[in-house]
Amino acid sequence: MIRRLLALTPAFALTGCGGAQSVLDPASDQAASVFGVWTLMLWICGIMYALVLAFLALAIWRARRGLAGPPLAEGQKSPADRPLLRWLTGWVGLVVAGLLVLTFGSFLVDRQLAMADQRNALTVRITGYQWWWRVEYDDPVPSRRFVTANELHLPVDRPVRLELEAGDVIHSFWVPNLSGKQDLIPGRTNRLLVTPRRIGQFRGQCAEFCGLQHAWMALDVTVEPQTTFAAWAEAQRRAPPAPATAQAVHGRDVFVGAACNSCHQVVGQPAQGQTGPDLTHLASRRSLAAGARPYSRTALDEWLKNPQALKPGNHMPLVKMRPEERAALVAYLDTLK
Amino acid sequence: MSTPLEDEVLREQLERVWAHPTGWRGVLMAVDHKVIARRYIATAFVFFFLAGALALLMRLQLSRPESGLIGPDRYNQLFSMHGTTMMFLFAVPVMEAVAVYLVPLMCGARNICFPRLNAYGYWVYLFGGIMIWVAFALNIGPETGWFSYVPLAGPEFSPGKRTDFWAQMVTFTEVAALAVAVQLVAQILKQRAPGMTLSRMPLFLWAMLVTAFMVIFAMPAVMVATTFLISDRLVGTQFYNPAEGGDPLLWQHLFWFFGHPEVYIIFIPALGMVSQIVATFSRRTILAYPAMVLALLANGLLAFGLWVHHMFATGLPRLGNSFYTSASMMIAIPSGLQIFAWIATIWDGKPRFRTPLLFVIGFIVIFVLGGLTGVMLASVPLDLQVHDTYFVVAHFHYVLIGGAVFPLFGAVYYWFPKITGRMLDERAGAWNFWTFFIGFNVTFFPMHMLGILGMPRRIYTYKAGLGWDGWNLVASLGSALIAISMLIFVVNILVSARRGKIAGGNPWEASSLEWATASPPPVYNFLRTPVVTGREPLWEGDDLPVMSGLGDTRRETLCVTIVEAEPDVRQKSAPPTIWPLLAALATTALFIGSIFHEWAVVWGAIPVAITLCGWFWPGRPTRRAVKAETSLEERAA
Repeated sequence: MIRRLLALTPAFALTGCGGAQSVLDPASDQAASVFGVWTLMLWICGIMYALVLAFLALAIWRARRGLAGPPLAEGQKSPADRPLLRWLTGWVGLVVAGLLVLTFGSFLVDRQLAMADQRNALTVRITGYQWWWRVEYDDPVPSRRFVTANELHLPVDRPVRLELEAGDVIHSFWVPNLSGKQDLIPGRTNRLLVTPRRIGQFRGQCAEFCGLQHAWMALDVTVEPQTTFAAWAEAQRRAPPAPATAQAVHGRDVFVGAACNSCHQVVGQPAQGQTGPDLTHLASRRSLAAGARPYSRTALDEWLKNPQALKPGNHMPLVKMRPEERAALVAYLDTLK
Repeated sequence: MSTPLEDEVLREQLERVWAHPTGWRGVLMAVDHKVIARRYIATAFVFFFLAGALALLMRLQLSRPESGLIGPDRYNQLFSMHGTTMMFLFAVPVMEAVAVYLVPLMCGARNICFPRLNAYGYWVYLFGGIMIWVAFALNIGPETGWFSYVPLAGPEFSPGKRTDFWAQMVTFTEVAALAVAVQLVAQILKQRAPGMTLSRMPLFLWAMLVTAFMVIFAMPAVMVATTFLISDRLVGTQFYNPAEGGDPLLWQHLFWFFGHPEVYIIFIPALGMVSQIVATFSRRTILAYPAMVLALLANGLLAFGLWVHHMFATGLPRLGNSFYTSASMMIAIPSGLQIFAWIATIWDGKPRFRTPLLFVIGFIVIFVLGGLTGVMLASVPLDLQVHDTYFVVAHFHYVLIGGAVFPLFGAVYYWFPKITGRMLDERAGAWNFWTFFIGFNVTFFPMHMLGILGMPRRIYTYKAGLGWDGWNLVASLGSALIAISMLIFVVNILVSARRGKIAGGNPWEASSLEWATASPPPVYNFLRTPVVTGREPLWEGDDLPVMSGLGDTRRETLCVTIVEAEPDVRQKSAPPTIWPLLAALATTALFIGSIFHEWAVVWGAIPVAITLCGWFWPGRPTRRAVKAETSLEERAA
């Protein structure tokens, strides 16, 4: 039913269905329900708007026929007063009816979202920082928990409970294909339930203004088959392989010896910094610097050359190093898969 | 009936009594509501164009993805100043300014109630506006948006003085807005023309009465909020710090408890303007007047019950959110009713499609669409998708530009002849309208798409290939057309003010009292106080009846009973004085000083107290005034 309406929706035809960051391309139960509300709204509001415009056009057309005469003051009754007042009452009734439908529709969907099935749910804790996302996968066994940054992998057809917190200012978690947004507020934990239904790659972006680099605070989302997800999670739990080439070993030494490790963590190395994103599996991620660039060695090199050029104002300082040191560092970071 | 000779004597006498000083003294001491209002309107439009220029810069930056034209720091200041200026320095002040000009005239009064407070309010507003723009020019302008959410705007994440200037600017404008609101309430309730019962008040007066009450109830919330913020930043209180038992959501509640009524404070005066314009150009009294008045009251009341729809994403209890959904949807009922009544009035009237009516038709087309997207935003699940995206940007520009700026432009075309004595050019007016209407839709309609396609607000740039590039370019092109339209408007104003057709007292054959005097009105407004016998005084057929008895030897206005508008007492109206300006300067010193040091509040209060003493010092009656008073009493006896 929704599908059929969807094909008829004018805005839908206008904008196309594509988009890894689009409300019109729902990939979860929650986003699909909201899309239903959107379609209902678009129809009812569209009809009301058409009625108003038609009435206005008729009024102007009527006037164009040219009516002369003195102005009509309060005391003098116009013969049209009575029918117009009756129409006015009818119009208000129609508005009330339309609003009732919309209010109840909205309420029912909200209720449905609140009462969604949470059995067997995966729990992921997402913390927003200026300007990146810390993503922690929970597990009943503490040693099986793991942390990543700026990416979110989800198994298809399994509900996931997102626990949203903020490390500094207010941010807002929003992956339009999966769900409406929910704020991350310092001192609070907000929860969001998502049940992805379609495999694909999506994009989320911080939706609450959070300072200089609010524009580049994106989140790469991958919905994948449950087995692929399990394999990915297993890989995330392992430390990355030790650097094999001489250049990579040099790079590791630069990482540990220079300022990098005071902010960043790489599991398996003496690098336990927590103020910046975890880099344990950096080279396996789709993008760099919270969605600012697709991941590649060149992009990584450029980023390290001057982090303030790509994301002015971000909290990563420029660490001075010789070009061969930077090359080694890039070679090392690229082994973190 | 009075003879022409008697009229001439009275005119000379009134001119003498109501004369104000000339030259620079006159500029600084003015208390005439028309003089203050003209300055107020001009100042507000200057801010409008400044903020519009900032918007053009933003559109330039966003016209293509990953543009390096404007950096994030500058961009954040741009949109913060754009929103702040449009909301605090343009929209609310300009509506109040128009009211300061028109309300006393529509009431048939000689001057506004509390004329010195009026002057004080204008000066405070002017100084606050200058302060924030000077700060912006010095690169210490606000950077955290017009809404300044904590903790981003708190001491830790917004160091320096940028946010303090913003917060103090809010205090300036709120003091000014409250001053005008108090005057308007007193004026409308107590100083109407005799016979203008509540049920005969023009809808513009009703709209301003509702607005003024809303200002009085809404503005204190934001003053409390910004005062907390300043004290958090300056003296280390912890109102918004969760680590010390404060709460960042407290800011949002206080801000939106003001912020939502704020948009209705901007919108309701526009409804009043629309009603006046529709009635005049349809040459028919508005259909369903009682329902229209009740709709205005309902708008005003409901506006206070829906601030939480700005906070659906913050994780408040779901059931609570649903109440705000219903309240937000409900406000569509009175608005829808008014739209119907205006169209029906045009339908049944004998309309003349002059520029003001064109702008009203543009208002209906644009505003209704904005209202409908507003209904969408009221739904919690849908709002969670489109909240803080360009969909919302589109929505509120549809309701604020469509709902307030279009009627305001209509109002400028409509009342310009009254203010200057000359008509605006109709041809340029039509060009102005069509370029604005088309430019507006080209700019803002694509933003609906952008929001649905996932583009958040307040981003200084965006990634290519997300489907946003084309729509952004279209929006930027549209904004250029709006700029052209504004240019036409300014040229039309400047040229017509010198060379426009002479208007005469009532060029539109309108019905309300401001058209019963010359254009521009004399300093004392009306030679004799008009008496009202119906809802459309100038359409009642015979000559407008007038009353005598108001003193012509000193500045006097008439107070009436609230409901029945029966003459009650004669009230002395204050003469020109320098004290409101001095008091405003002292207030400015206090406000700006307190940005830098908390003791400025204490020491700064001393000059404020001194200027207020000077202001309220009872003047000893001059010998001439005493003589005139005795002669008046002798004559009466």
